[in-house]
Amino acid sequence: MEPILKARGLVKRFGKVIALNNADFDLYPGEVLAVIGDNGAGKSVMIKSLSGAIRPDSGKVWLDGDEVAFSTPLDARKQGIETVYQTLALSPALSIADNIFMGRELRKKGPLGTILKQLDRPAMNRFAREKLTELGLMTIQNIAQSVETLSGGQRQGVAVARAAAFGSKVIILDEPTAALGVKESRKVLELIQQVRDRGMPVVLISHNMPHVFEVADRIHVHRLGERLCTISPKDYTMSDAVAFMTGAKEAPAQEAA
Amino acid sequence: MTETEFKGQDFEKSLTDATANVAEFDDSERSALRRFQQILHSTPSLVPLIVLAASLIVFGLLEERFFRAATLTLIMQQIAVVGILGVAQSLVILTAGIDLSVGAFAVFTSVVMGQFTFRYGIPPAISIVIGLAVGTALGAINGWLVAKVKLPPFIVTLGTWQIVLAANFMYSANETIRSQDIEAEAPILQFWGTSFKIGATTATLAVLLLIAIVIIMAYVLRQTAWGRHTYAVGDDPEAAELAGVQVKRQLIQVYALAGFFTAVAGWVMIGRYGSVSPAASTGQIGNIQAITAVVIGGISLFGGRGSILGMFFGALIVGVFELGLRMLGTNPQLTYLLIGVLIISAVATDQWIRKISG
Repeated sequence: MEPILKARGLVKRFGKVIALNNADFDLYPGEVLAVIGDNGAGKSVMIKSLSGAIRPDSGKVWLDGDEVAFSTPLDARKQGIETVYQTLALSPALSIADNIFMGRELRKKGPLGTILKQLDRPAMNRFAREKLTELGLMTIQNIAQSVETLSGGQRQGVAVARAAAFGSKVIILDEPTAALGVKESRKVLELIQQVRDRGMPVVLISHNMPHVFEVADRIHVHRLGERLCTISPKDYTMSDAVAFMTGAKEAPAQEAA
Repeated sequence: MTETEFKGQDFEKSLTDATANVAEFDDSERSALRRFQQILHSTPSLVPLIVLAASLIVFGLLEERFFRAATLTLIMQQIAVVGILGVAQSLVILTAGIDLSVGAFAVFTSVVMGQFTFRYGIPPAISIVIGLAVGTALGAINGWLVAKVKLPPFIVTLGTWQIVLAANFMYSANETIRSQDIEAEAPILQFWGTSFKIGATTATLAVLLLIAIVIIMAYVLRQTAWGRHTYAVGDDPEAAELAGVQVKRQLIQVYALAGFFTAVAGWVMIGRYGSVSPAASTGQIGNIQAITAVVIGGISLFGGRGSILGMFFGALIVGVFELGLRMLGTNPQLTYLLIGVLIISAVATDQWIRKISG
């Protein structure tokens, strides 16, 4: 099976720091791939290279077999890669619907939309409400309320809903449960499985081993700027995984990536 | 799945019996105040509207001539130039920037319109178009320096303010074009000073232009994607970029549009003062006047919050204070003193409203 998203030899330097040192990456259709690694291992930089937020110094990325080079997150989004960043990338003062549609707003039909460029707020609100309800992630009364009035979990929900609504090929989640309580984390994990069951591959970056081992089909262990190994959660324990990523234990001989 | 994994998730089983509420706070004591704060939070132009209504009532009670239509249209005429500069300033401040160059741009573009007509004999209508283009280009330069060269807006516009003001004096040789000459040879330059009757009083077209610009820009900012992007850039530029807004392009467009409006203000100035004078006070204090209107109008200097309508009310408040206090015959310094108090109160109110998210 061909990977849907593949990267080879990614290199990124920040001054003297080598954040990515010939990193490889493979994501197969329909799977949840967890990416784990110690702080500073370069997980975020690798993910940002795949989502267009960072342009790697060298290396190649293939999406669905075609070579791609994203220079902005917008490029990646246009090709169907949606990312939920750790910072969520929400505008606090704007409404939930405005945030969900940021950068791809719907315009009214007819001259109101084409000439006056008027936003189709009813349609945007309806869609936003639909997506949020679908995910069952929150009980929001007013879709026009600003994001800053929401709790941390609700904000996460808005960001995930945005990615799930528009992603057509790959969804990348960077630490989606890091800031959440027990119940909200559970919702996000259910959501990840829900998205996978719809056939959409998910990349999950997380420090939370129980979460990783619960939802991941494969685990990509990142260490010192490169892929150390890829393991199956069925074959290894959480302590094994932690040992690999911290270097306490030799990586297993690589299975076919 | 491994054995450890089940243990790790085991603690969640007790959740089924847990209450569904995440957190509750008893705020019944302060609920009226909180609700008021929430209303202000969702409608930021409400504060200046309340202040405007209050000041109108107070001046109306103190001075019976104040409530006449003539007084009210006079206020509108007096704030036309500042109001249009305020629109330009609002756009920039919404992106968390500041524009110190608006006044200088307005004077310079009015000089361009006048000098191109009288020195080079270019038809005045074309000179006006050139003036508007010069304003837009100057704004775009500000935007380019802010977005691409990544200089702080304060520094960029402090620089272009001085550069353009100096260029304005050098280019015009400090020469004023007299009102009579403009009236005789290029009346279109004074177009916005044309007066018309409404009821028993007269107003100038500049008043209608200001209202039209405020309505159009309120629409653009609220109802179009471009407007939402402007707010998003001011709110959190990194989030906006990651969410798919082209932040740099948006900034350049915002500054260019602000530059365009400064040139419109320059044209309106010719109608208001009759002559084209490179030494018009707008060049020196227009920026501060515009910032004052914006701040009193409840637009946050931190970007992303506030509305053009608020700025319009802010400009009106300043106009009401200026004329009202003059009619009462008070010391003119009292006007500035009170405006200073208003500025500080407005920012303090903004801080209080913003606390809702904390």
